[in-house]
Amino acid sequence: MTIPTERPAMTFARLLRCFLTCVCLALPAAAQDAGVQVLLQTYSDQIAKPSRQTIQPVLDALTSSGIPTMPDFLEAWADKRVVQRDADGAFFYGKREGDTWVLQSVEDGADAGTAARRDVSELKPNAGVRRLIATALVQFQLNDPDPARRLAALDSLSRSPSAKLLGPLRASIEAEDVPAIRARKIALDRLIAVQFGTDVETRLAAIDWMSDQLSLEARAALNRLLATELIVGSPPENANVARVLSVGKDISQTDALALLAAADILPPDVSRADRDAALIAAIADEHVAGTPVATLNTEAARWTAYETLAIAGQAPPRPAQNAVATLLERNPITEIYDEPDPILTAAAAAALAEVEARVARAQAFDLALDALSLASIYFLAAIGLAITFGVMGVINMAHGEFIMMGAYTGYVVQQIIPDKTLSLMVALPLAFAVAAAAGVALERLVIRHLAHRPLETLLATFGISVALQQIVKNVFGTQAVPLTSPDWLAGAWVLNDVVGISYIRIGIFMLATMFLALLVYILRRTRLGLEVRAVTQNPGMAASLGIDPDRVGMATFALGSGIAGVAGVAIGLFAQVTSEMGAGYIVQSFMTVVVGGVGSVFGTLAGAGLIGGLQKGIEWLNPSNTLAAQTYMILFIILFIQFRPRGIVAQKGRFAQ
Amino acid sequence: MILRKPSVLIFLSALALVTIVTTLMAQAGLVSTSFVKLLGKTLCLAIAALAMDLVWGFTGILSLGHFAFFGIGGYAIGMWLMWDRTENIVMPSLTGGPLPPTPFQIEEAIGTQIFGVVGSSDVPWLWSLAGSLPLQLAAAVLVPGLIALIFGWLAFRSRVTGVYLSILTQAGTLALSLWLFQNDSGLRGNNGLSGLQNIPGLRDVAQSVVSLWFLWASAIALALAYLIAAWTVSGRFGSVLRGIRDDEARVRFLGYEVEHYKLAVFTGTAMVTGLAGALYYPQAGIVNPAEIAPIASIYLAVWVAIGGRGRLYGAVIGAAVVSLASSWFTGGGAPAINLGFYVIKWTDWWLVLLGFSFVLVTLFAPKGLGGLVDLWTGRRARGIGPLGPDQGSLRGKEEVA
Amino acid sequence: MSALLEVSGVSKSFDGFKAIDNLSFSIGEVELRAVIGPNGAGKTTFMDLVTGKTRPDSGTIRYGSLSRSLTGMSEARIAQAGIGRKFQKPTVFEDQTVVENLVMALKSPRNPFSVLIRRPPQRDRAATLAEQIGLDDALDRRAGELSHGQKQWLEIGMLLAQEPRVLLVDEPAAGMTTAEREKTTQMLVDAARTRAVVVIEHDMDFVRRLNCRVTVLHEGCVLAEGPLDHVCADPRVIDVYLGRDDDA
Repeated sequence: MTIPTERPAMTFARLLRCFLTCVCLALPAAAQDAGVQVLLQTYSDQIAKPSRQTIQPVLDALTSSGIPTMPDFLEAWADKRVVQRDADGAFFYGKREGDTWVLQSVEDGADAGTAARRDVSELKPNAGVRRLIATALVQFQLNDPDPARRLAALDSLSRSPSAKLLGPLRASIEAEDVPAIRARKIALDRLIAVQFGTDVETRLAAIDWMSDQLSLEARAALNRLLATELIVGSPPENANVARVLSVGKDISQTDALALLAAADILPPDVSRADRDAALIAAIADEHVAGTPVATLNTEAARWTAYETLAIAGQAPPRPAQNAVATLLERNPITEIYDEPDPILTAAAAAALAEVEARVARAQAFDLALDALSLASIYFLAAIGLAITFGVMGVINMAHGEFIMMGAYTGYVVQQIIPDKTLSLMVALPLAFAVAAAAGVALERLVIRHLAHRPLETLLATFGISVALQQIVKNVFGTQAVPLTSPDWLAGAWVLNDVVGISYIRIGIFMLATMFLALLVYILRRTRLGLEVRAVTQNPGMAASLGIDPDRVGMATFALGSGIAGVAGVAIGLFAQVTSEMGAGYIVQSFMTVVVGGVGSVFGTLAGAGLIGGLQKGIEWLNPSNTLAAQTYMILFIILFIQFRPRGIVAQKGRFAQ
Repeated sequence: MILRKPSVLIFLSALALVTIVTTLMAQAGLVSTSFVKLLGKTLCLAIAALAMDLVWGFTGILSLGHFAFFGIGGYAIGMWLMWDRTENIVMPSLTGGPLPPTPFQIEEAIGTQIFGVVGSSDVPWLWSLAGSLPLQLAAAVLVPGLIALIFGWLAFRSRVTGVYLSILTQAGTLALSLWLFQNDSGLRGNNGLSGLQNIPGLRDVAQSVVSLWFLWASAIALALAYLIAAWTVSGRFGSVLRGIRDDEARVRFLGYEVEHYKLAVFTGTAMVTGLAGALYYPQAGIVNPAEIAPIASIYLAVWVAIGGRGRLYGAVIGAAVVSLASSWFTGGGAPAINLGFYVIKWTDWWLVLLGFSFVLVTLFAPKGLGGLVDLWTGRRARGIGPLGPDQGSLRGKEEVA
Repeated sequence: MSALLEVSGVSKSFDGFKAIDNLSFSIGEVELRAVIGPNGAGKTTFMDLVTGKTRPDSGTIRYGSLSRSLTGMSEARIAQAGIGRKFQKPTVFEDQTVVENLVMALKSPRNPFSVLIRRPPQRDRAATLAEQIGLDDALDRRAGELSHGQKQWLEIGMLLAQEPRVLLVDEPAAGMTTAEREKTTQMLVDAARTRAVVVIEHDMDFVRRLNCRVTVLHEGCVLAEGPLDHVCADPRVIDVYLGRDDDA
């Protein structure tokens, strides 16, 4: 984009003037040297029949007139609310009412009588013209009293930045009193300055400012400045060379050859399809160039035959394979910047490196937040399992179904109580109660009768899990049911362009922290906790001290299953609620428990942290493929167990040898 | 020696009887091809259940991953079936052209046909042997064996036992199925391998005939597997296995390297299971990652438990009863029950029934259906039950004492 | 007489508790030895260390004429090398018959392959052993159906079947009737004619009946060693067994 240096400067000055006038809206309209109508009549023809090519000077004249009501006119014009009276060519704001137009003065909007439909013609600027009007309006909107309109103007400016608006933008910064909009204006000013700045100093200053930024816009602006193109052969005298590409390292041989071919240095490579077409075309009497067709059943034979054809001139030649190396050497491929000034590109490259380093740090932080929220989910899902596993020494395969039951409880509550916040308040304790009741029933009816047979317990609870899943499927259908979070939980807490975390995840993190604190309190400070720890560490001794292991088992089962139910509500708020949702968490929960160390709250916390962090870490290394991430994570865990079979927090007592 | 055992004799005769009767009825048109296939598939599942019984019922290792080996066997044979069939499809159009096809072209054409569904035409390295039946058959046995060997070596070496081992095997299975679900695993992602019922070279043979051949092959394979299993669990080797199940530490102090025995059984059964899978999937027609999901392996354990673990015919009975009942209930064979306010459709409620009946079996009939045989033969109830203490026990034996 | 099993300077602690503290112990090729000590003296840990169930933190355990180090060998290898162990609680395979139990214990190749493939008839050898332990009429009964004493004998028979050079026996007489004790004593004394036998016991009557050298363990180390009468006269042993009176 080329802009003559003279005009923008002039325009800036005029715009600035206009702008200052606009700021001083206190001046009475009468003080203006000319009315709107007068000015409009000067350009009457162009305004009545505007075209995109010719309207710009008119717009410039109108905007620079300094008339305070001019923006109103421009807006009305773009909105197609302006009419021209055929009799005298005067312009009015018009509102059609049946067969008549109600007219208003373009000066101050005062009533100007009516006119018959036939007596006026509507102004209908086309889309291109309207866009130009909108751009002309931006400078006024930048100072609009309504912050929303100021923001809208900034958005439109950032979509189509132009050098012309740099001045008004910069001038509007001073008077801006909303800090967020002010920051946005400053950012936009620098973004435009980088691209359209007239002198190196301005642009360098803008680049320097950007090196402290994190936003996508800043990165895009720097990247735009660093745009390059590839040149085959020696670059022009004063080109701003980015680097000379080394074939095989910076650019693949195939791509390099294609570039050489595009520059007519090499004949283009012959594709296999072209080769076969040429061969088929040359078949004569079961032979191609002296070779029997039947022997052309290998790639090598076909290429040989093609070479023969090429030598005979019956087919375009292939690039000579032995000459390629020399040609590549003789024609270096250079990357040169579109921006001719090396000082600017060097500064931009340095700034970009700095920005990217900062972005990488921010991404790492964002990843850590993600991992933390995943870890909270795993913690909530697994902690119930960990407690019951620790106390009873059994694995409850139906634990995932308790999660699912919690989520469906939330769904049912929402069907009855439409208010989302209230229903969530009801659903959380109810889900705890429902899942806890199911857990106690399971413990009393099944698990207690299989004491000391953990493998059979595992399989029996699996039977329960299958049955529960199918029952829920039969009752609620196979489709996912909605569990909607209240509005205050929707959305995300955005720190900057890179770091953001949804409120639901923050909520889950807080829920997990709450349950962690609750569990630690119960285990450390209550009678039940004492008994639980006693049974976990030495069931025989605990029994002989008069602790009823059945009662402790039931209480822990109620607690563990209840937490699973609460976890279900939490998970259901951001994931799909289906009958199979629990099954998706059960293996991860097992992993969490096993990796963390059985029967320990902090072990489970550590396990959840490790697994959550690991999964996010692997996803970050291979972002395209979360399935593969899970595969690698599980393999890692299998290896981990090799080295710490008792988990991170190894339990003393029963499990110690 | 083994053949003199009455249970082996009775089993083999019953198997022969079922196979012959089904063949005769099929030829008389009394049973459908799909039933013959169902029976053939059931026999293959019974082989897997036998292997599971060896691992769990006899040695006490509750592997929740054996069905993965079954699936791997299916994938191995499926690769050959797909490759060969696709080659037969693309060859006519290639040879019909003016130039004779090059190996590169053939591979590219086959690759496009097979991997088009996952948006690729490159043939992954996994498929480099897919053109050869013997090599893929070998892979159906050796790949499960190798995986079991590595996994088992890692797990047994660090003395992971009981529920921990079960969870590890389950996690390994999940990892495998998740990996297969990816499109770039090279095995067609969640599409799996399909059209396996079309056996190359047998295009002119009717499916009704092919299904009978597979029934016989499955029956013979089951008979051989049963003989091998019976031979394995007899004598000192069997004693050691049951010893490991009941008291691993004691077996160690007798001088047996428990880890080696576990590894041998784990690997050996994985290989047999892989072979069973290779026989099953041409009858099923499709193998996909869902087949390998952890739940399938748990079902395998369920069959063995329902049939009666620790006895070989129990595993076969369990697999047959559950598999046949499942297809009867879900295939619409079972009549719906009208409760007036609700109609119980078995397609919906079969899994509920299975789940609860499994819980009931575990609670009230730990010997499974095989326990009925004890009643019938009048063997008196044994003091502590035939299974010994549950080897998964986390409570150390001496501490309980 | 050279030592067959030599434990020197071995220590082992669990979570900070020193179960074995710089223990040294040795036993000859053919010898009967009783190890006594109060509860918590480290008797069972001592057996665990020798049989490879636990690894010592420090010290050496050497065995045989070549003085092979046992630390680092697996339980199974140690058992194959000729160290047999009998647990305090009778641990026989209750689900299997007497003859199956004995055949499993008989000295023969132990690797899975040869056990699976080579199946020599071994019932006669097992029957001979059963005669020695008085179970010749119960060959095909399940071990779970035997009486407590019979199970103990079966376990001793399984130990003998292994043909070990060192026998470690943990409280063999616990819960036996007087007649059964008599028989058990005889079995152990017979066994000690051709090999080393270490009996861990805290029943003094039983130890007296064995009539052998006695090692007294206390708090993980050897307190006294010698003939029973000599040891019983040792004031430190009296202290440990009867409690210190000087505080009172």
